[in-house]
Amino acid sequence: MEKELTTKKVDEFLEIFKKGEEFTKDLLKENEKLRYRIAEMEDSLQGSAGEEKVRVFEERIKKLEDEVVAVKERYKRVEEENKDFAAKYIEVEEINNALANLYVASYQLHSTLDFDEVLRIIKEIVINLIGAEIFAVLLIDEKTNDIVPVSTEGVTLEAIPKARIGEGIVGSVAKEGESYFAADLREGGDVEKGMPMVCIALKIKEHVIGVIAIYSLLMQKEGFNNVDYELFNLLAGHAATAIFSAKLYTQSERKLTTIQSFLELLKEKPKK
Amino acid sequence: MPSILVVEDSPTMRQLITFAMKRISGAKVIEATDGVDALKKLSSERVDLILADINMPVMDGLKLVSLVKNNQSYKDIPVIIITTEGAREDKEKALAIGANAYLPKPIQTQELIKLVSTFLGS
Repeated sequence: MEKELTTKKVDEFLEIFKKGEEFTKDLLKENEKLRYRIAEMEDSLQGSAGEEKVRVFEERIKKLEDEVVAVKERYKRVEEENKDFAAKYIEVEEINNALANLYVASYQLHSTLDFDEVLRIIKEIVINLIGAEIFAVLLIDEKTNDIVPVSTEGVTLEAIPKARIGEGIVGSVAKEGESYFAADLREGGDVEKGMPMVCIALKIKEHVIGVIAIYSLLMQKEGFNNVDYELFNLLAGHAATAIFSAKLYTQSERKLTTIQSFLELLKEKPKK
Repeated sequence: MPSILVVEDSPTMRQLITFAMKRISGAKVIEATDGVDALKKLSSERVDLILADINMPVMDGLKLVSLVKNNQSYKDIPVIIITTEGAREDKEKALAIGANAYLPKPIQTQELIKLVSTFLGS
């Protein structure tokens, strides 16, 4: 009886122990599942944070790319402006040089009232600033209507043929008052035939007093530029005025001397 | 302050070159009308560069260059020859006697300023 009771208790204990074992196994399984779930959730949480970071970085990259495009555009604009400024600088330099040439030429032309000095200055300008090798300054003789050479360079005065108003290139320029430029400057002019390559009318307003006839240029001078044409214009007016003024001054000086001599004579008469 | 001696008998050219040289910042320009006048100025003033014409009365540019380059005190002063003579032999002659550079007339002011600046190192 007692043995049966003990066996029964052992069985009961074994059963409880078995249930406890099963329960523990279940708990362990559950624990495993929960661990797995936690790991999953942690992964998922980490993933979403990475995506956020990528999004932020992508936005930043786009912003930087936009800035690069804007900077490139600005750089291009500045580069174009620079090119513009460089071109303008060259232009201003050229104008500056042209003005310096014109100023010097004009200053020199009006620096004297001596006729020979004026002619020398005209020659200096034509040689040094324009670059002519053979040329002549011819003036109209109002009594005969001849156009007579008064100063030359690279050729003798006698070698320059006289011209008459309206005849040939020199005569036509003197008549019309319009300067002449040969179509092909490289060919040059012909002194003997009285055919200059350039002929500038020396005018005071519309009144022509003479011409500058250029027959050849210095070998290094290939053609004319804007400054040369400006100098021709300046010579047309200022050289004419300078020549005219010098002539008038010389005449007045001569007259003054004559009058003074006459007055001296008159003063001397009563003494006798 | 660089000092430039301009030797030129033509007042027009002298004025034009002086005008151009004054555009080189702070340059002092000394003018001489011929070679003899230039030598006088050289003995009394400090000169850093000489710009000389070839065709001049009393003493021409070539004679001046020759005297300058054979003088111990002046031989290191750079000389630029400016002249109407455009022929190659004239250029070679000027350079052979010691001229440092050669510029034919009519001069282009920018070219002259650039050349002078090169020698003055400005």
